[in-house]
Amino acid sequence: MSHATRRNILKTGIFFACCGVPHTRAALAWSMSADPLPVKQVADGVFAFAGAPAMMTRQNEGEICNVGFIIGDDSVAVIDSGGSVVEGKALIGAIRAKTDRPVRYLINTHMHPDHLFGNAAFKSSGATVVGHHNLPRALESRGTYYLQSYREAMGDDLMADIRIVPPTKLITDEEDLDIGNRKLTLRAWKAAHTDNDLSVFDHKTGVLFTGDLCFIDHLPTIDGSLLGWIAQLDILNGIKAKFAVPGHGAVPSPWPQALEAERRYFDVLASDIRRAIADGVPMTNAVKSAAQRERANWKLFDEYNQRNAIAAFAELEWE
Amino acid sequence: MFATIQLRNPLVAVVLFAFFGSAISSSAWAQNADSPESTTWSSLKGDVFGQKFIEPANGIVSIEAPKRAEDAAIVPIDLHFKTDAASGRIKTVTLIVDENPSPVAAVFRFGVDAGVTHLATRLRVNAYSYVRAIAETEDGKLRMTETFVKASGGCSAPAMKNSDEALANLGKMKLRVFSSKSSGMEPMTRATEMQLMIRHPNNSGLQMDQVTRYYIPAHFIQGLIVSQGNRLIMSMEGGISISEDPNFRFEFDAKPGEDVKVEASDTEGKKFQDEWPLASSSL
Repeated sequence: MSHATRRNILKTGIFFACCGVPHTRAALAWSMSADPLPVKQVADGVFAFAGAPAMMTRQNEGEICNVGFIIGDDSVAVIDSGGSVVEGKALIGAIRAKTDRPVRYLINTHMHPDHLFGNAAFKSSGATVVGHHNLPRALESRGTYYLQSYREAMGDDLMADIRIVPPTKLITDEEDLDIGNRKLTLRAWKAAHTDNDLSVFDHKTGVLFTGDLCFIDHLPTIDGSLLGWIAQLDILNGIKAKFAVPGHGAVPSPWPQALEAERRYFDVLASDIRRAIADGVPMTNAVKSAAQRERANWKLFDEYNQRNAIAAFAELEWE
Repeated sequence: MFATIQLRNPLVAVVLFAFFGSAISSSAWAQNADSPESTTWSSLKGDVFGQKFIEPANGIVSIEAPKRAEDAAIVPIDLHFKTDAASGRIKTVTLIVDENPSPVAAVFRFGVDAGVTHLATRLRVNAYSYVRAIAETEDGKLRMTETFVKASGGCSAPAMKNSDEALANLGKMKLRVFSSKSSGMEPMTRATEMQLMIRHPNNSGLQMDQVTRYYIPAHFIQGLIVSQGNRLIMSMEGGISISEDPNFRFEFDAKPGEDVKVEASDTEGKKFQDEWPLASSSL
């Protein structure tokens, strides 16, 4: 398949160049065809891959969001599985290149396909899938639709292996996971990017995996509650992290500065939409001009801004 | 990338057909990007309207929708009505989303002297689909207009964004009256524009209860009656293709000083109602 060839040439090369760690025999045995995802070490025992700011396609194999893993003394916790089983397997390849400890937890930060279409790759690892308590409900009402609607952009080959794998361990508020002398705090947020956002904080290094509560470069998408997101930015901002692995954007990113751009975008969007609502401008017209002055600051602005404006309008007109 | 993919060649059309065909028994055969033939409609038509002949709307009813559904859960639709002496007034308008699991989104019925000229609402659109409006006029004829809406890209889905919020405020209503932009007209003769909003998940019943593993029954606004004083402005029989928090913006001939009353009922038998005074000053 062409993607394997491409990955061999492009990614393995980059991988060797930056990390200098060759395949281990165990890795090759466990995940035969998966060339490791080119992850970057962001702190002691913390690795992450920076996805491309793009829509999910056949060509990029759904590798558009940031995924990562944390190695404890006993086991590994994976944060998001990526946008295809191919990516999930490549992530497993990257893990196996660093450690032979078992993957105990696969943590899904929220419901979106770019973060969990790779879940099925972890089936044989025996990992427990962990998510926000609202995640199973969200996947029940969207899973089938996601599997259908991504077929056009991703192609039949990639979609064939993808399954909706809901979490079995649910987080309701805040809960610690221990992966061996390493405490991870998982926090379930109120509706913001989605109604099932989960963040992961590694106490040992102070790295915060924000999931899509933090977008950099890639325009944030609002699929939960704009007001909820704005309201929780201060709480998020208050987390004493050294730096962040955002859901999209540079790995790692300075904290809490990583939140500044999205906060500004939300303020502009909310104020434009509020003004339109007050003036009685119908939704169809209002969403065309809202937040246009933010256009130059973001990638994928045209793909997502109008949709954000629609969501914001439907929410803010109840204020 | 996804946004720019269009039906440029027969091969893509075949792939698309395979995709929709697997989920939906019959599907729009895409001939070109803007006006694919609708085989779905051919089979749907008889179920909704029997053998009755449907003629083109010729401006009596017109429909506007975005060419691409930015958010699959909230697709704004505008209907404009322009009757003439020959057709008589519009009695009902049926709004249909061909490719949705429940295609008939709503049937609106207008009061005899309501004078409704414009109606905007929001729909869920699950796939590449025609959205059509069929008006039944006083002369007994059916007249149809339609527009094609492409499915949204990215991770947008026709589902609730914030389920807890929707249920917490179930049945709450809001009515806005928009002041007329043209000044100098007599208040008695000008149409009033209003927006009615109802908090309701309007959910599809396609999701499963995590504890019982049974599908949660569909829960949506089934009936809606908007009246002023004793006269009917419009009523609606609705389905799950109407977006969560159903929203209707419409223009009609208002009578100053008479209250606007809204009664809604949902599939669980819950009734919601509210009343708003309509002062002459707000017209």
